[in-house]
Amino acid sequence: MQRLLQNEKIVNILIPVMAAVLGMVAGAIIMFLGGYDPVKGYTALWNGIFGSPRSIGETIRAMSPLILAGLAVGFAFKTGLFNIGVEGQLLVGWLASVWIGYALNLPGIIHLPLAIIAAAAAGALWGLVPGLLKAYFKVHEVIVTIMMNYIALYVTADLIKRFLYAGNEKSYKVKESASLASSFLATITDNSRLHYGIVVAILAAIIMWYLLEKTTKGFELRAVGFNQHASSYAGMSVKKNIILSMVISGAFGGMAGAMEGLGTFQNMTVLSAFTGTGFNGIAVALLGANHAFGIILAAALFGGLRTAAPQMSFNANVPSELIDIVIALIIFFVASSYLIRLLLTRLRKEGK
Amino acid sequence: MEFVIEMNNIRKEFPGIVANNNITLQVKKGEIHALLGENGAGKSTLMNVLFGLYQPEKGEIKVKGKTVKITDPNVANELGIGMVHQHFMLVQNFSVTENIILGSEPTKNGSINIKLAANEIAELSKKYGLAVDPYAKIEDISVGMQQRVEILKTLYRGADILIFDEPTAALTPQEIKELIQILKRLINEGKSIILITHKLKEIMEVCDRCTVIRKGEGIGTVNVADTNEEQLAALMVGREVNFSVDKVDATPGKDVLVINNLTVHDARNIPSVVGLDLTVKAGEILGIAGVDGNGQTELIEAITGLRKAKSGSIKLNGKELINHSARKITEAGIGHIPQDRHKHGLVLDFSVGENIVLQSYYKQPFSKFGILNFNKIFEQAKKLIKEYDVRTPSEYTPARALSGGNQQKAIIAREVDRSPDFLIAAQPTRGLDVGAIEFIHSKLVEERDKGRAVLLVSFELDEVMNLSDRIAVIYEGKIVDIVDPKTTNEQELGLLMAGGKREREGVS
Repeated sequence: MQRLLQNEKIVNILIPVMAAVLGMVAGAIIMFLGGYDPVKGYTALWNGIFGSPRSIGETIRAMSPLILAGLAVGFAFKTGLFNIGVEGQLLVGWLASVWIGYALNLPGIIHLPLAIIAAAAAGALWGLVPGLLKAYFKVHEVIVTIMMNYIALYVTADLIKRFLYAGNEKSYKVKESASLASSFLATITDNSRLHYGIVVAILAAIIMWYLLEKTTKGFELRAVGFNQHASSYAGMSVKKNIILSMVISGAFGGMAGAMEGLGTFQNMTVLSAFTGTGFNGIAVALLGANHAFGIILAAALFGGLRTAAPQMSFNANVPSELIDIVIALIIFFVASSYLIRLLLTRLRKEGK
Repeated sequence: MEFVIEMNNIRKEFPGIVANNNITLQVKKGEIHALLGENGAGKSTLMNVLFGLYQPEKGEIKVKGKTVKITDPNVANELGIGMVHQHFMLVQNFSVTENIILGSEPTKNGSINIKLAANEIAELSKKYGLAVDPYAKIEDISVGMQQRVEILKTLYRGADILIFDEPTAALTPQEIKELIQILKRLINEGKSIILITHKLKEIMEVCDRCTVIRKGEGIGTVNVADTNEEQLAALMVGREVNFSVDKVDATPGKDVLVINNLTVHDARNIPSVVGLDLTVKAGEILGIAGVDGNGQTELIEAITGLRKAKSGSIKLNGKELINHSARKITEAGIGHIPQDRHKHGLVLDFSVGENIVLQSYYKQPFSKFGILNFNKIFEQAKKLIKEYDVRTPSEYTPARALSGGNQQKAIIAREVDRSPDFLIAAQPTRGLDVGAIEFIHSKLVEERDKGRAVLLVSFELDEVMNLSDRIAVIYEGKIVDIVDPKTTNEQELGLLMAGGKREREGVS
């Protein structure tokens, strides 16, 4: 145990794991104080996540946009930027994918990738604006991305009403050739809405990891993220890397929208409020330590908690809002990782 | 004669070093008293003791004849001691008045009475000829004006003993003239002043007496009227140099770097390199001696492409490089050991290996078609770690975990291994222990002997004198003289660095 704790890498993995556990424990205490049975609550939660093929399918379905949203936040973070605009990037990506998916007549092998690429491109464009403003005018990306979120919300709503309106606050559905849905996946998961989006999301995670860790561009992006002075000393263009980082981050965000548009819903609703997935991406990235594979695991946890929340309220009478509290607590414990680190160092010292 | 301040036999220790040892400083009422010493001699420590930020281990402090114990800056304030810091402590988006009253706001029925304070400040400003507008915002006024706000801050709190910490460091020549007028005015109004500085010219111009400290030791106090710049310089540095670098005479070759009429502005858009000419030859180490802030940083940044020059020419082997990109300049054959290794030299969160290829990661064999080859990268790192004796657990260790000396060795390994024609070493041994210093010095000499041109910039006179084959003295953005280290001495250099002139036998 002590040997393990000496290893910085293992400590870095232990922190989010412990944060998740502590969050659940604190959640149990709150359930208990509220007069609910925590054992029953968590049993229902467990069943809601893993209890049946259908719930597993729904959990995996919920994961896909969360992974991509988490990648978007994590990628920007790794390069020293805070992209709170994933929500907006997701919305424009969603619309772009639905639009291409509805308006064009193409064989599936072209149509589906094209619709996903369109989503990525739309998200990238939404990331480009704050990137340019940050690089050339030093406008803080947090402010611009927040504003871009609102622009995305209302622009997509307007565009649906103008060009894609099918009535009942919904757009037309995408053609089958552009759909990620799969009757096979639905069948084996007892008619869940599981679709092939998870494959796209995992591929995207691999791409992010490879890009950041194995390529010269990734080397530059990380260097700029850590130390802009040393990067410009080494002849890298800080401006270009900031813009590129926001564009790539936005592309991931846009693809998260394609998960909804081409997968779960097959269309886009005229939204009057944010989906929240983009913001949850921040939590996913934080819990996943901005690492591609950590983000997949964190997305699995959050996706599971979210899909199972109704089950918990139905089977154990625990209000589903409690899941939001648990998620908040987990984020709290990750954010206060200093505390956990201190705890682990204490353990390490006592072992000596 | 009555002393307003007496600091007798002060001793202040920090873990491992004695910052002040047996220093005595006695300031008469109504005088400007200079506190002279090199960087790191212990001037600031002594003043921080007086200002209550540090407690001395030994010695006594008397203010206006009474023995006092200054436990914190508030006590110092109450005793009438005020400090004008080198780095101003002002809230940028507050008005002058708001800044001055900060911490001692006059209130009326629980709300701040700005008007009363502003009137009072306007009056003070008039009395001392400061011409400060109480309602101006700090961010809108010049550095010189901001300094006057700092002066007003101490006066507003009733200080009659003012400490100025390197007050001219950030000022333009015109602002310096005005400051000197202000200092004289303050004295006429009955204040006493301690001026911390290492600029001899200013001491000669305004001070009455001067206390010299060197490496934490009190050297003595002299009447400025009875001395001259040479004598003061001797007191400040005055010691035999005993550890020198083993090296044979240089055999300078062709001109490698030729700078003509270079003008560079600093971050505040004030000219800090002004029409500078400089030539560095193959096979020589050219040392630049100068007091910090005379344009060294901007000169290096302009050569390496980190700052745009306004005009002039920088040629490397005959090829014009001015205002080219940093990467182009690096590839043209310039190596750069930067002044601040944490800010510019290293990405501290990267591994030692990644830092070793920071300038060459995009080239073969370290990458191909945009894909990094970590085997080759860490192979190279391993080789250089061994060659340059970088003490690190492994090439995968983050650079942050290394000691300063080993971080510096890693940077030198990276820069020297590229075998650039021209190598800039800025403050290459700052903060390092003797072993690392020796290693780095011998590496620089080795590069020289291989026929490279080396430009050494250092604030350590010893280092410049020991390493250089020629010494160029920089003062206010110009090379004012080039001297031979064999025939010059620290007194002469100190004088030149402070803007004095050399008595020449023959004009070179």
